[in-house]
Amino acid sequence: MEVINLSGETKSMSGSDAIRLAIEEEMERDESVFILGEDIGTYGGPFFVTKGLLEKFGAERVRETPISENAILGCAVGAAIAGMRPIAEIMFADFLTVCMEMIVNQAAKARYMYGAQISVPLTIRTPFGTGIMGAAQHSQSFESWFMHVPGLKVVCPSDPADFKGLLKTAIRDDDPVIFFENKQCYFRSGEVPLDKNFMIPFGQARKFTEGDDVTIVATGAMVQESITAATKLKEENILCEVIDPRTLVPMDKKTILESVEKTGKLLIVDEGCKTCSVSAEIAAFVAEEGFQFLKRNIIRLNTPDVPIPYSQSLEKQIIPNAKSIQDNVKKLI
Amino acid sequence: MGGIEFPKELSPDELINLYKKMLLIREFEQRITKDAGKIKSALVHTYIGEEAIAVGACAAINEDDYTTSTHRGHGHYLAKGGDLNSLMAEIYGKEDGICGGRGGSMHVADFSKHMLGANGIVGAGPPLALGVALASKMRNEGRVVLTFFGDGAANQGMLHESMNLAAVWKLPVIFILENNLYGWSSPTAKTSAIKNFSLRAAGYGMKGVSIDGNDVIEVYKTVKDAVEFARKGGGPTLIECKTYRWAGQTTMDADKYRSTEEKEEWKLKCPIEAFKTRLIRGELIDQVIIQEIKEKTVALIDESVKFTKKSPKPDPNTALDDVYKNPIEYGGN
Repeated sequence: MEVINLSGETKSMSGSDAIRLAIEEEMERDESVFILGEDIGTYGGPFFVTKGLLEKFGAERVRETPISENAILGCAVGAAIAGMRPIAEIMFADFLTVCMEMIVNQAAKARYMYGAQISVPLTIRTPFGTGIMGAAQHSQSFESWFMHVPGLKVVCPSDPADFKGLLKTAIRDDDPVIFFENKQCYFRSGEVPLDKNFMIPFGQARKFTEGDDVTIVATGAMVQESITAATKLKEENILCEVIDPRTLVPMDKKTILESVEKTGKLLIVDEGCKTCSVSAEIAAFVAEEGFQFLKRNIIRLNTPDVPIPYSQSLEKQIIPNAKSIQDNVKKLI
Repeated sequence: MGGIEFPKELSPDELINLYKKMLLIREFEQRITKDAGKIKSALVHTYIGEEAIAVGACAAINEDDYTTSTHRGHGHYLAKGGDLNSLMAEIYGKEDGICGGRGGSMHVADFSKHMLGANGIVGAGPPLALGVALASKMRNEGRVVLTFFGDGAANQGMLHESMNLAAVWKLPVIFILENNLYGWSSPTAKTSAIKNFSLRAAGYGMKGVSIDGNDVIEVYKTVKDAVEFARKGGGPTLIECKTYRWAGQTTMDADKYRSTEEKEEWKLKCPIEAFKTRLIRGELIDQVIIQEIKEKTVALIDESVKFTKKSPKPDPNTALDDVYKNPIEYGGN
């Protein structure tokens, strides 16, 4: 497990600023890196992640596209095959459904089916999750779909420093990486290393809190909810270990299994719908490889299998939060 | 040349080479059709009857220009200079196949010749062509991309997105629509409301032309003009090549949905016979040379069969190799 070294110079910034910094540094470092997507230039993207990059790098390398997700990703995959390192932005993760072809049948398969003649050094960035009253078509969490596609790497950080370190690794990686950015995590601030070579390797989970009682594995916005829950539970002398896998493919099974060995109890918190979710995969490998450690049944706390509703009163009802996490931890004690 | 006009820039050898290439594709595919029982794959698609398109088009570009292909890709592969022995071995699923037996007929690709691969998804080539063309443009390489696709792909949404983006960014892509009158068993009259697909070019703000796809010289000249236009920064062109698929959709298709009369009528318009007659009338070849070319072509194919027979089956222990360039641990037993 990698521990973030914050001994160098750091700066407090939001998640979206950390992502922008990673892109900016990589575009400065490597001319083959460029970005493309809808409204990413003058407007700066719907969450202003790419704000200012057009002015700095020009329209050749900050390419504003028509609303044509298959063409955006076709362009990115083709350019990657030809030796560029494109970063494609899909405005909302929900829109991945209209360009599944380029991700699943092309980017993910090209290396293997063409007998390793080529590689596809491509990064796809996309915001996901609830909390902006986005309703059914602008709020979904599709990470688990892509875990099911061999050839892709799936990254899902929750903290500004992790955004920077993992995005830089994604851009320099020689394989297609899908980089999920949780909307809530855009706005939260944290200390971010300013070292231009600060990179976090894939496959290394991050432990946010230590404890012997319950292991909580969480992703995206659920990490902060779990940390809040763990802090409250500590007051009641219940000590939880909050682990963010950070990358879903590859998955740091070792860190999770070691924690479960210590606590014997596992709660998995995931904003995706429950059936065939990220939590399903984690529960499956723990049951398969760590069954002997478990003192209780595994609990999965997910959004139920329902489209995301618009009204806040309905949305809040279905999304896991610090309170429901505390309640479920107590079920395990 | 006996009153027959040929493009002045093509030497007699180059003209004869067009004939040789078309014949090589024809003989190759007749051989694999004969051997279909041994090959066993239910999904081997032949290009018989359409040879003039790939050969004429590829004669109009340089070796370092790119092509993308379709599920019916053997002709595109050979026309771009792809290796014959490794093509045969790939179709038989052998270790010395161009993709190491991982791709098969629908994924033959020779990236060393900038032939970017046959593709099993109808309409997926053009979006990839955008990216390769963009890379060439961003690096000022002056390279163009020929993207071959069929009348079936003409009705895919991806093609619409691709033609629009190519036009608005003035990408050096030549869209070559091989209209062989059928998408598997469906005649184009049932699937498209227009007869000439080149009409659609106007809707994207690009030039479009419909030509006789069985006339190798007409294909060559039309593509050459489009390539020159693209290299000068003029952007893409749509070229519809009218042709006919002689065989069924695949080597396993009994092809009962088309009349014998229709098929015989098109066989009278054989692109290879037509060009041979022109070469004879132009006094570039005679019966002795024709016989010699035929024998040499058959010998090359015999050689590729020998090469294939000698090649081992891929080592089963390599089945999990090359999913990623930067490997990770992933699921498996």
